[in-house]
Amino acid sequence: MKDFVNSFGIILFAMLAYATPLIYAALGSCFSEMSGVVNIGIEGMMTAGAFTGTVMAYFTGSPWIGFLCGGLAGMFFGALHALATVRLGADQTIAGTAINMLGPGIVIMIARVLFDSTDTIPLTSDQSIPRLFKGVFDTSTVFGRFMDNVFATYASTYLVFAAVIIVWFVFYKTRFGLRLRACGEHPEACETLGINVLATRFKCVCMSGFLSGLGGACVTMTISNQFRPISIVGQGFIAIAAVIFGKFRPHGALVGCLLFGFCSGLKTVLGGSSGIDTQLISMIPYVVTVIVLILFVGRSRVPSASGKPYVKTR
Amino acid sequence: MKKKSFMEILTSNRFLQILLSILLGFLVGAIFLIIMGISVGDAYGKLVSSVTSVKGISYVIVYATAYIMTGLSVAFSFKTGVFNIGAEGQFVMGSMGAAVVGILFKDLPSAVLIPLCFLAAMIAGAVWGIIVGFLKTKWGINEVLAMIMFNWIAFYLSNFIAGIPAIHNDGSAEATKTISDNARTLLSPELRTKLDLAPTANWGILVGIAAMLIVWYIIEKTTLGYELKAVGANRFAAEYGGIGVNKSILTALAISGALAGLGGALQVMGMGGRISIFTGQEGYGFAGIVVALIGCSNPFGVLAAGLFYGALIYGGSKLTLVGAPTQLTSVIIGTVVFFIAISIIFERFKGGLRSRKNIALRKEMESLDKAKSPEENNKEEAVK
Repeated sequence: MKDFVNSFGIILFAMLAYATPLIYAALGSCFSEMSGVVNIGIEGMMTAGAFTGTVMAYFTGSPWIGFLCGGLAGMFFGALHALATVRLGADQTIAGTAINMLGPGIVIMIARVLFDSTDTIPLTSDQSIPRLFKGVFDTSTVFGRFMDNVFATYASTYLVFAAVIIVWFVFYKTRFGLRLRACGEHPEACETLGINVLATRFKCVCMSGFLSGLGGACVTMTISNQFRPISIVGQGFIAIAAVIFGKFRPHGALVGCLLFGFCSGLKTVLGGSSGIDTQLISMIPYVVTVIVLILFVGRSRVPSASGKPYVKTR
Repeated sequence: MKKKSFMEILTSNRFLQILLSILLGFLVGAIFLIIMGISVGDAYGKLVSSVTSVKGISYVIVYATAYIMTGLSVAFSFKTGVFNIGAEGQFVMGSMGAAVVGILFKDLPSAVLIPLCFLAAMIAGAVWGIIVGFLKTKWGINEVLAMIMFNWIAFYLSNFIAGIPAIHNDGSAEATKTISDNARTLLSPELRTKLDLAPTANWGILVGIAAMLIVWYIIEKTTLGYELKAVGANRFAAEYGGIGVNKSILTALAISGALAGLGGALQVMGMGGRISIFTGQEGYGFAGIVVALIGCSNPFGVLAAGLFYGALIYGGSKLTLVGAPTQLTSVIIGTVVFFIAISIIFERFKGGLRSRKNIALRKEMESLDKAKSPEENNKEEAVK
């Protein structure tokens, strides 16, 4: 029982650590997809955010300035994507692929110039995002250790849950949210009602970049404390998968990310103790996702106007 | 006949648009080089000189073979309306399939073993594609989501197989055994030294060219290709026209997967000789997406784009010799793809109609023209 509670605590800790960046990026992806723009460039935007966040935290000494700058770097690439897809009517998949090459390419080049290496210098503990409630719980008891694992987690994790609620509120309870969802479903109808489809989409894609950038910054500013070219390896695509999993809704995407994070946590615990091959254990999150999809989720409806460039008519 | 202005030619010629995008890519690369204080001449000189010698060209071809195959795989999927983001996983499965056969049946003669390896790789890749197709047609699972998952499942499955005692390297290397010499596609050592080719020079590119011709033939000249394209263009119309949509999706993904799988085989039988335990995704599938995009999803375009991509990757690896970062090539390629994406803007300049208003007008006119033309054609025929 003691061991179980302990392991469960570790799984939950790993789940939150792994899922946090995914949730940021998934919220970003929701913004873009809901407004009708496919954003496959999340991965590139995350890489840009991861690098910029770490570097700015290193130079300014403040994790929060770094975190914000990470978001802004993601937003820069988001704006680039928006410029191409919304303003110039480019193919969204092609533009996203370009972002995925440009993001990592540019930041790693800058890293070479700044640090003479592809890795950044590791952040000290007060330069990286702090863990809240650290030392509040008595870790000598089983319960205390469990609470410490689950609640003494990074501030960015608390923030992301707040962000999910805010995004949900924006999507379903505000005028802007209604409009952005309508832009993803029937842009022509929006235009006839006087809603500026292009401006709405532009904002959403920029927002998508901003949130993805924050997600990227989370990866390098919490556990690893350092940017390396392999910091962002596929998280962006997993976030996109989580959004499709959650049927393009922010709360659905949250569930997708948490499921994925939980399985990854399971992986860390099982990897040490059981005799099963670690490579097979590493497959768990992906296999479980597919199985859950088959059993519980099924068909996921893509917003009708998603992927189609909108050309204003009059 | 009126002579066309440059702008008119540019708006109608896709090839020119891509050439211009490539030029702009190098221009942006040069701007970055200037910012970093590196001589543009040195860097681009190195890039060009490293891929123009005989040895360099042989390296480029070796590198390009895999990109051409995954490029063909993605291009084929684009033509049939599916976005094969899963070429990565299919490639990995294919290379592992070929490696396993090449290791276990090491005593078979080349004439038997090589086709067997190709077959194993194509089956492995096709199966990986079909699984996703099956999830889509049977349960409606989004194929992009499933492919992202199956890329990673392939990744870990390959690592698992590489760790099995019968397959794992006997030495300390974290890799599989080296495949049988009978399964290698390398050119003979005499030829390699005589012509001063790369040590990994192989005839895999010929398979790539054959695959390209076959893909072109399937898409353009067969009923199957017509059906697949019809499903890609409008699945509801295709279904109404009596085409089995589910069957078409499965077929398209199987062929696409087989192409990527064959690419994996060419890679391991030509270049690698064995498969290392991965620490990160190799990126052949994503390279395939880029190659397919630069090549406009046209099989011949993919061949050219694959060689271009291979040249940049190989040339880029030599850039560190002049103090320029290897990532410069990612920036160049990324910029090229970005400009290809927005080159659709040229469509709007057609005929000098620049404003958005006029585009809409033009579109309407075009659709009217299209609607009118069959009648006119009939009239003309009647006159004859």
